[in-house]
Amino acid sequence: MRSLVLPTLILLLSLLSLFIGVIPLTWESLRALDEQTLHILWASRLPRTISLIISGMSLAIAGAIMQLLTSNRFVTPSTGSTTDWAKLGLLVALLIAPQASVVAKTLLTFAFAFIGTLTFLFLLQKIRIKETALVPLVGILYGNVINAFTTYLAYQADLIQSVNSWALGNFALILKGRYEILYLSIPALLIALLYANRFTILSMGRDMAQNLGIRYQATMQTGLIIVAILSSLVLVSVGSIPFVGLVIPNMVSLFRGDNLEKNTIAIALSGGLFLLVCDIISRLLIHPFEIPIGVTASILGCLIFIIFLFTRRIYAR
Amino acid sequence: MITIRNAHKHYGRQTVVNNVSLSIQANSLTTLIGSNGAGKSTLLSMVGRLVDGQGEFLLEGKPISSFKPTDLAKQLSMLRQSNQVSARLTVRELVNFGRFPYSKTRLTTKDHQLVDQALSFMDLTGFADKYLDQLSGGERQRASIAMVLAQDTTYVLLDEPLNNLDMAHSVHIMKLLRRLVDEHHKTIIVVLHDINFASCYSDYIIAMKDGKLVQHGNTEQVINSERLMEIYGMHIPVAEQGGRRYCLYHL
Repeated sequence: MRSLVLPTLILLLSLLSLFIGVIPLTWESLRALDEQTLHILWASRLPRTISLIISGMSLAIAGAIMQLLTSNRFVTPSTGSTTDWAKLGLLVALLIAPQASVVAKTLLTFAFAFIGTLTFLFLLQKIRIKETALVPLVGILYGNVINAFTTYLAYQADLIQSVNSWALGNFALILKGRYEILYLSIPALLIALLYANRFTILSMGRDMAQNLGIRYQATMQTGLIIVAILSSLVLVSVGSIPFVGLVIPNMVSLFRGDNLEKNTIAIALSGGLFLLVCDIISRLLIHPFEIPIGVTASILGCLIFIIFLFTRRIYAR
Repeated sequence: MITIRNAHKHYGRQTVVNNVSLSIQANSLTTLIGSNGAGKSTLLSMVGRLVDGQGEFLLEGKPISSFKPTDLAKQLSMLRQSNQVSARLTVRELVNFGRFPYSKTRLTTKDHQLVDQALSFMDLTGFADKYLDQLSGGERQRASIAMVLAQDTTYVLLDEPLNNLDMAHSVHIMKLLRRLVDEHHKTIIVVLHDINFASCYSDYIIAMKDGKLVQHGNTEQVINSERLMEIYGMHIPVAEQGGRRYCLYHL
């Protein structure tokens, strides 16, 4: 029974999400299935709802993997410089090949995200921080340095507006034909499920992993590749959305522990659910306008996170 | 049999393992003893392939480095002393991972049996569904040992397995290791600080000092005041009772 709660909630909220928008959809129009209704559903509402769910899943799983790879609850793509590197990659793609296809741009974004995060992990291995809370701070610091460089480049090329728009994820621009690349997340999520046990073992440290016959570096890199794929796909199609990768895996861990294989589905569905809720709030608060989902996700995520910190002492460890 | 030839390891200019060569009999319990910093843990970790170093390490005549990681994980397991698992896993989930080299993600009935057995060996059946972070240091230590037991390898290397354990559990584990050797034909190498446990339970004792091998022999050969003076640099009276030797080092 409990396993049906999340899917049911997703289904209900997806339906709700389909009905919210500038142009009202009513039961009558839906029953009649006139051309305009179909068009709205097909070209705008459905793509939006689908991309919300996939993005939420991707960000939550990327966060969970990153937390395991670094054995640190607070390191996620947004606090581990992955997103910042991805942004730099996307900007470089815009600069050197503005006419390139979305796939090509995503590839470059991915390459930057992957190599960039590798450098962050390398940095961590070199400076060997013992303090748990310090690791994400170093990540944020490092990310900000990259960000400064991105801003400088964008300023030179007059692309500041684009870069700023990525900083606040937004689903308002999602239309049929502009989001399909997100579907590439699905194979990446499946591979994540396949590797889930390895990532959990990796989180127990190098010695434990080697004792159990796991190739530490190779598995680490596989994990990073998945994280980078998921992060760059979301960045390219909707922009960056903070806190999903941090809050969702931690929330699931509270109830079900850190065994990724057992939790992959719960984490993915919770991530989708979280973004659906954020998006519905975004669209309803100042209807018919909307707040970028990056803002709602930050506020909601931050609130949940603060509640965690205060209620559960374990998270202060 | 494990054969070590010219094992050597240094960090910067400090040599921690200095040209050690020895062989360890199959189907025996061997204990590594020595003062702090003698190089015992490093040597053990080199055999367990957790630390790189110079020298040859052979497992039944075959270089350990030539094994595929998963194959080695079915033959030789190693638990280091600083294994603080920070992940929120239940005891059973942790012990299940001991079966990873065999079954990856889908555990078979046999896997579950071995896990249950390891849990009961380590007196953890009642804790199986508790999270590691809810346990005491000693219980966590036992959970880690249970994982290694579930891994069911012929060769087991344990670095200070009695860390954090009370007397009753220490004795329990030493008896269990003895049983694993006698009944299940395992080859076990442990690093111990309490030389009386070494004296009472091991077949062979290896003593190290300043990275060098100073003694390698059975209990009678190593546990006597003269040898202990060489190893620890202090006079330790040895008493015999019931055919066992006890070191009275507290005075």
